[in-house]
Amino acid sequence: MRVYGTEITLPLFLGTAQYPSPAILQDAILSSQCEVVTVSLRRETAGGTGARFWDMLRATGARILPNTAGCHSVQEAVTTAQMARELFATDWIKLEVIGHGDTLQPDVFALVEAARILATDGFKVFPYMNDDLIVGEKLLEAGCQVLMPWGAPIGSGQGLRNPDALRAMRAHFPDTPLIVDAGIGRPSDAVLAMELGMDAVLLNTAVARAGDPVGMARAMALAVETGRLGFAADPIDRRDMAVPSTPVLGLAELM
Amino acid sequence: MHITVNAKPHDISAETLAAALVELGFTSAAIATALNGQFVPVPAREATHLTAGDRLEVLAPMQGG
Repeated sequence: MRVYGTEITLPLFLGTAQYPSPAILQDAILSSQCEVVTVSLRRETAGGTGARFWDMLRATGARILPNTAGCHSVQEAVTTAQMARELFATDWIKLEVIGHGDTLQPDVFALVEAARILATDGFKVFPYMNDDLIVGEKLLEAGCQVLMPWGAPIGSGQGLRNPDALRAMRAHFPDTPLIVDAGIGRPSDAVLAMELGMDAVLLNTAVARAGDPVGMARAMALAVETGRLGFAADPIDRRDMAVPSTPVLGLAELM
Repeated sequence: MHITVNAKPHDISAETLAAALVELGFTSAAIATALNGQFVPVPAREATHLTAGDRLEVLAPMQGG
């Protein structure tokens, strides 16, 4: 996948929250060989733990994608993005503008407004969105060059609640990188997303909260590769009835 | 001067943002600042004067999804 001029080999973006320990997070990144990890900003605590976390992440060599998680307004998101750009020395920003506290679904109106402000200011915006085609069009008009539709609510692990909508997005935006962000629970969900023609999958909880996060990170890496190869190989259409795979011609009469 | 730092009240003698960060013990280079909801980049901290009642946010890298 090529996004904002950067070639990404493994179509897996990994979140860095909720791991049992920093060492397990580091092992998960390394075992999956994922090239992009998401991070956030929070109030600095006594002792400056943020700097240690930042040093550890840089040691993995992964590209950093800061987010605006927890922001509920355009101003919060824009200010957070500006702070992230300075802190992480990147103009990439995963733009989240949350609209509802229970579902964590995006406020798509504020999202488009914030995306326009940030893109105009030179940011490379990765918008966390729902799977609405028109919202996608508005985000592209605002300057986004990638779209990140949800698969299911953040952290729910429900997988892809509406594969048809993602299929429609693929058809409607054939040349735009599409990354499923949120909702992935199992490797099979990641396979399905990639088989639908998505360009990548972004996930966090599915790996971080698994019994073996390092093993799950590796499983997810294999899953996205499997799904991508499957999509590229043009799967057969489903049929309602059986069709024999063994040739019927030449079948002996033995009754 | 009374200001709010990361949602907690503080009484500081510093008059600029740069001096306030030193006084408050934010010595890490890995921080970003916002004053009253507006981002203040590192080069502007020295010239940014504080006023009583200001709300200062000091953020650092954190795990995120």
